[in-house]
Amino acid sequence: MYVAVKGGERAIDNAHAWLAEERRGDTSVPELSVPQIREQMKLAVNRVMAEGSLYDPDLAALAIKQARGDLIEAVFLIRAYRTTLPRLASSHPVDTGTMEVDRRISATFKDLPGGQVLGPTFDYTHRLLDFKLAAEGAMPRAGTGAATPGTMPHVMDILNRDGLIEDAMPDNAPPPDLTREPMELPASRPLRLQAITRGDEGFILSLAYSTQRGYGRTHAFVGELRIGRVAVEVDIPELGFAVEIGEVEVTECETVNQFVGSKTKPAQFTRGYGLVFGQSERKAIAMSLVDRALRWKELGEDFTAAPAQDEEFVLMHADNVQATGFLEHIKLPHYVDFQAELELLRKLRAKAHALKEGAE
Amino acid sequence: MSLVEKIGTTDTPLLKVAGLSKHYGARIGCADVNFDLYPGEVLGIVGESGSGKSTLLSCLAGHQRPDTGQIAYDGRDILAMSESERRRLGRTDWAYVHQNPRDGLRMGVSAGGNVGERLMAVGARHYGDIRGKATDWLGRVEITTDRIDDRPSSFSGGMQQRLQIARNLVTGPRLVFMDEPTGGLDVSVQARLLDLLRGLVRDLGLSVVIVTHDLAVVRLLAHRLMVMQGGRVIEQGLTDQVLDDPQHAYSQLLVSSVLQV
Amino acid sequence: MKDDSTAEAYNFAYLDEQTKRMIRRAILKGLAVPGYQVPFASREMPMPYGWGTGGVQVTAACLVPEDRLKVIDQGADDTTNAVSIRKFFSRTAGVATTERTQDATLIQTRHRIPETPLHVGQILVYQVPIPEPLRFLEPRETETRKMHELEEYGLMHVKLYEDIARHGQIATSYDYPVMVEGRYVMDPSPIPKFDNPKLSGSPAIQLFGAGREQRIYALPPFTKVVSLDFDDHPFQPSKAAHDCDLCGAARSYLDEVITDDQGGRMFVCSDTDFCAGRREMGHKGRLWAPETEGAA
Repeated sequence: MYVAVKGGERAIDNAHAWLAEERRGDTSVPELSVPQIREQMKLAVNRVMAEGSLYDPDLAALAIKQARGDLIEAVFLIRAYRTTLPRLASSHPVDTGTMEVDRRISATFKDLPGGQVLGPTFDYTHRLLDFKLAAEGAMPRAGTGAATPGTMPHVMDILNRDGLIEDAMPDNAPPPDLTREPMELPASRPLRLQAITRGDEGFILSLAYSTQRGYGRTHAFVGELRIGRVAVEVDIPELGFAVEIGEVEVTECETVNQFVGSKTKPAQFTRGYGLVFGQSERKAIAMSLVDRALRWKELGEDFTAAPAQDEEFVLMHADNVQATGFLEHIKLPHYVDFQAELELLRKLRAKAHALKEGAE
Repeated sequence: MSLVEKIGTTDTPLLKVAGLSKHYGARIGCADVNFDLYPGEVLGIVGESGSGKSTLLSCLAGHQRPDTGQIAYDGRDILAMSESERRRLGRTDWAYVHQNPRDGLRMGVSAGGNVGERLMAVGARHYGDIRGKATDWLGRVEITTDRIDDRPSSFSGGMQQRLQIARNLVTGPRLVFMDEPTGGLDVSVQARLLDLLRGLVRDLGLSVVIVTHDLAVVRLLAHRLMVMQGGRVIEQGLTDQVLDDPQHAYSQLLVSSVLQV
Repeated sequence: MKDDSTAEAYNFAYLDEQTKRMIRRAILKGLAVPGYQVPFASREMPMPYGWGTGGVQVTAACLVPEDRLKVIDQGADDTTNAVSIRKFFSRTAGVATTERTQDATLIQTRHRIPETPLHVGQILVYQVPIPEPLRFLEPRETETRKMHELEEYGLMHVKLYEDIARHGQIATSYDYPVMVEGRYVMDPSPIPKFDNPKLSGSPAIQLFGAGREQRIYALPPFTKVVSLDFDDHPFQPSKAAHDCDLCGAARSYLDEVITDDQGGRMFVCSDTDFCAGRREMGHKGRLWAPETEGAA
């Protein structure tokens, strides 16, 4: 006779054991170490830190190892860990003007104070698979030169001096914290930026791309892209002044977008802004395009129903941990509701059949 | 109640507008508009594009907030109302017919559902009755009742507009705002719609504020007329008087420029 | 019992006290306004969004060491998700667990209400995927919020009207919307409509948690809950027209089990504890046979 299937607990334990085996893979192959991932998969580590909203390259590398390379799964691990951490203080806003710059380029000017510094970029590589990398071996060292002295002012400051670009009005109101308060719409710009910087890179990329193809076009130029380390400073009440507690690597992108003017205000360029943990150029540029697209209302532009302009659509679907959770939940048992649908369908078909028979 | 009876029993205006103005920065939307509207009366507002008539209508209907002035409906101060009360008014006593019927219909809902919605919104809970009323109203706006389960996307423009009218009138509103209701329709379709509107307005004793640039529409429907130019009312009076004997230079221009066929 | 390695690492029931306080405040608000969706700052939990994080947070905020916890999914204690969540609380709270509905003080459930009537003092926590009953009629949160505030529920009945016009009857079989105390339209979570009548007048406290959508709502004991319908198309809590093949129950929601590849099927109570209890008391269904130890 039928015996109700039991043993869910044992099934789960077995599944976890097998997972651990698969994670390790072929034991004749050396095991990946966390430092290896941290050093040699740095861009993956950056993405996990950015979307996990936690700056800790070692933890991110560990998460990637545990997640077998699935970056969204790794982001999930980081987020779950982050929830448990106590909040000690808020830092001052980081000053990207004093950044120790590795890479800094501008598309709007040929040359500028501080120069165009290419840095370690894929941009000019030819995308040919390099089979020499498969044979691990000695690393060629890059040459060194003297550090370039002088300042690197923001391009936006240069444009702003002549009033050519809208002001970025300083706002000292404490920014909202998406991880501590429920999201409420309509959202302020700080809340939007927060949601986007920890949003899924693919989603933000596609939205930005859509604006370039005409869905809410903003005519973006990369005014400046800078990557490097910035100091993190925190006020210590007992000391009465701020102390540097460390530094983080960030990518900052400022776009110069189509100008807006009216009868009372002369035309000015408008801004888009992106800031992401680590060297994450694609994300930072995409972020600034989406930021600008979402600013249509405050800039008096038309709503063209472009997805990137739709604040609710963008913010509600940007979080990939939420997205994958809900998507994958359809794997869970739904047989009770399915049974209800089956019964309803059977009833409707029986009715239709009876009607047909009655008509004949 | 017939129109005469209705007017006879009330000497208070249904809608009272005083000193209404709306500006867009330095530009005038509409300025210093005053009028009274009595039960059963149809007021036409005409003018060319940019005359301020659409701004005026949207202020009256509560879609925009005027900068100055008062609006009183049935003795109640509209501008002092909460949004909740205003939205309730919009579902019961008031109706708004959009120029583009797609703006005033649920395109994903059947014709019957569209007409029934206002009834359900005010508590109708008997499917048979709701369907019966919807059927009745589809008949009144000359849509064949076999279309009751079809979506408006399968209707012609004229039919969509008639459906919008049915959807609005089913709860027996007393005041109807219409924004270019015949705009975008073929001339013959327009004529049919106007006939229909004229009959409904008369039978139901509706008060109507209708905005249009088409003088033939006001000739047929409106008892009184307001001519607007540059945001201001430059002439008002009985429709026939204004159209047959315009006083203001602009009114004269407007009337004379209508093609006589 | 509570795992020692986790004992130091996590607070009782995983969440820190501040978070529990925040959730409890939301719960109290929900109980004060039955059926109203209270926004709350859902925390990232160790299980994915969509897999019960809302229910888990509500349970974690309510649990005390003396509680006896039951966790069910699709009515059964042994489905993988129920096992996983029960294990989670075992590890992080160390509370006693049970499969018997009448012995539980707190029951977390996904998609079913237990068949055994609840009693005063019990808490039933529902896992909710989409808390907004109007969501699929109106995708904008800004608009649905207004509709609740202004009691503009016409659209809800339009949907039911459309069902009847198209199918001859209301075509919602689960997640069936209800009106709470004549004021708020509420989504009862994806329970089959068969379970809807149990929502009304229950002696237990019913709490609803939606983690990903960040909403909590509640029904205090003995709340009036009415399923939406038309006067001439009244609500019907239907189920398969069978009795349970194991215990013979005539009024319990049934799972359909395919037994062979010729279309053979049987119907079994979805509520495993209810069915086991009946069999213990000697009730027998059509296919009942004495259970032998070690049967496959």
